[in-house]
Amino acid sequence: MSDQPILELHDIYKSFGPVDVLKGVDFAVTPGRVTALVGDNGAGKSTLVKCISGTYSIDSGTYSFEGRPVTVHSPRDASALGIEIVYQDLALCDNLDIVQNMFLGRERLTGLVLDESSMEQSANETLSSLSVRTVTSVRQRVASLSGGQRQTVAIAKAVLWNSKVVILDEPTAALGVAQTAQVLGLVRRLADRGLGVVLISHNMTDVLQVADNIAVLYLGQMAAQVERADVNQQQLVELITTGGLEGSSVNGGRTGASA
Amino acid sequence: MTSVDQDDPRETETTLPSPGPTASEELAAVATTVHSANTGREYVRLYVQRVRGGEMGSLPAIAGLIVLVVLFSLLQPTFRGLYNFGNMLTEGSGPVLLAMGLVFALLLGEIDLSAGFAGGVCAAVMVRLMVGYGLPWPVTIGSALVTGIVIGFAIGLLRSKVRIPSFVVTLALFLAFQGVALYILDNGKGAHGDVRITDNVVLALENAQMPKWAGWLLAVLCIVGYAYVKLSALRARKRQGLRGEPTVILVAKIGGLAVASLLTVFLLNQNRSINQKPILTNVDGTIKLVTPPPVEGVPWVVLVLVVFFVVWTFVLSRTRYGRHVYAVGGNEEAARRAGITVDRVRTSVFVICSFMAAVGGIMIASNVAAVSAQNYAGNTLLLAVGAAVIGGTSLFGGKGRMLDAVIGGAVVEVIQNGMSNLVQGTNGSSVQYMVTGVVLLLAASIDALSRRRAGATGLG
Repeated sequence: MSDQPILELHDIYKSFGPVDVLKGVDFAVTPGRVTALVGDNGAGKSTLVKCISGTYSIDSGTYSFEGRPVTVHSPRDASALGIEIVYQDLALCDNLDIVQNMFLGRERLTGLVLDESSMEQSANETLSSLSVRTVTSVRQRVASLSGGQRQTVAIAKAVLWNSKVVILDEPTAALGVAQTAQVLGLVRRLADRGLGVVLISHNMTDVLQVADNIAVLYLGQMAAQVERADVNQQQLVELITTGGLEGSSVNGGRTGASA
Repeated sequence: MTSVDQDDPRETETTLPSPGPTASEELAAVATTVHSANTGREYVRLYVQRVRGGEMGSLPAIAGLIVLVVLFSLLQPTFRGLYNFGNMLTEGSGPVLLAMGLVFALLLGEIDLSAGFAGGVCAAVMVRLMVGYGLPWPVTIGSALVTGIVIGFAIGLLRSKVRIPSFVVTLALFLAFQGVALYILDNGKGAHGDVRITDNVVLALENAQMPKWAGWLLAVLCIVGYAYVKLSALRARKRQGLRGEPTVILVAKIGGLAVASLLTVFLLNQNRSINQKPILTNVDGTIKLVTPPPVEGVPWVVLVLVVFFVVWTFVLSRTRYGRHVYAVGGNEEAARRAGITVDRVRTSVFVICSFMAAVGGIMIASNVAAVSAQNYAGNTLLLAVGAAVIGGTSLFGGKGRMLDAVIGGAVVEVIQNGMSNLVQGTNGSSVQYMVTGVVLLLAASIDALSRRRAGATGLG
């Protein structure tokens, strides 16, 4: 895997009126690695993600993708680059089946008519390439799926479109133990396929289990971007709550270890 | 929700689902959208499961229709006659066409209360241009249809841009359009009040029959078309290595349609006139025994119904636009994130709804051979909404088909017709209103309850 970051943000500022939410944030995503983005409530995680996805535009700073500076003004721009966001509140339609959801907005046509069988085939292929075997039929309505299965479908949807970067917003927040393990396994496999994966989570166990490196936001600044191997849970909690570590080698530089 | 993944998560990477249906697979089968099975027996088993899981579709409506037809036939000799069969087809066509448009609005969880009077305004435009200016039927009908499209566009913009709830927009327009229809009928060149239709083509829509051969041709085209669609879908699935419908089910479906449509044409091609014996008539000053002209053949309006049914079914189930309508109805936010222009879809359903209101309005006018505002009053719209909901279209959005409008429309028409025969003379309309109202409430209850049940079992 290349060590060159695929997505790189440098010195990002974003404010809403008088409130400065992001204050010179640096952030990098490397292909083939899972980058966890952690931070307490209000640290600026969702704002950062919305800047990446184009929902918000950045006030200043540089946004580079595959080494080139780019401007992202809308979610459409981001998905054109190959950045997919899987939201916490799962953007799936209950009344549609898995195939219909995975291809929603990008349906395959022959002439005027939907090419159902080819879409079904591709959905099957994508799911089995991700080793997803918990879904009995891709023609099941999403309403009949469990939380873990829905999360799986949402993630597989991102993969189907040959995305290069997948950002997962709290993918395990509402899941039980077994389903969490399932989704984390899937997150790992995404990275193994060479995608840059960003995992936003409050769950330290999940983060330490699956992440390759960890970016910690603290009050709008990047407290640290460190290798997973360099921190333990206690240090991570300290970084999140205080923004630094006492007398440690990973002590809070804005430029993280892996960037 | 039942726990579906009981397997150890680590196992999922290596193992396939165990053979033999588990609870989760049963549930999965119930919730599928494309129905496939290896054998006819399996197909039937899955179908029964789906129904028991709360996904009843049009089944309650079909059951109700059979009960009502049997009931009225026993109670009322005139109900079961062939004449009344043709009569119900023409009488019911207006509300069914309105209901077809309303299905689009209902799929988005919207409602169009103004559809009835929108149809009235369109019919008034048509008849004014006809009697006041003597314009030919393509122009008068065309103007009515364009009027419908403009009305729908206005409703759509008020709903999606100004963001007034559709209930309020269309309730206001329900009142306003009643006034507009009255105004057009009472002013301008030509006759006023209840304006009689003078154009023979417009009259023929509801009052003339196709030649017998054309009826047979229509039936054959329907059967061949249906078989072609079914078989080509099966071939496409087989090519991708997917399971399709078992042959026996396919044959049963196509055969069922063939029997039903050929039988219908056969019955309608009989002379169904009530007066078949020669009667004494004054012809040029002399009294002669004259045989009345026969009433035989498929009414032209059936062709109109079939065409719109096929077109809208195709649009809803086979095109990208149709998929987006269901998506917006199911989860607006998800649709928006998928890049669907939600406002455009929302506006478009009102355009289709009002366009179909115009078509229905023209048919109602043709049926009674005149345009008067009262023919489009309150119950016209409610019967159409009732038709869609009774057929199985959800008031909550995301669920519904064109077939619902047709089956539900048949139920509504049978009630209207059967009741009016049954209670003739003795407060006919009061009983009719009460029964139709109760049936509508019943349908809405089934809708709400099956939705709750579906929620409980995890089905949509």
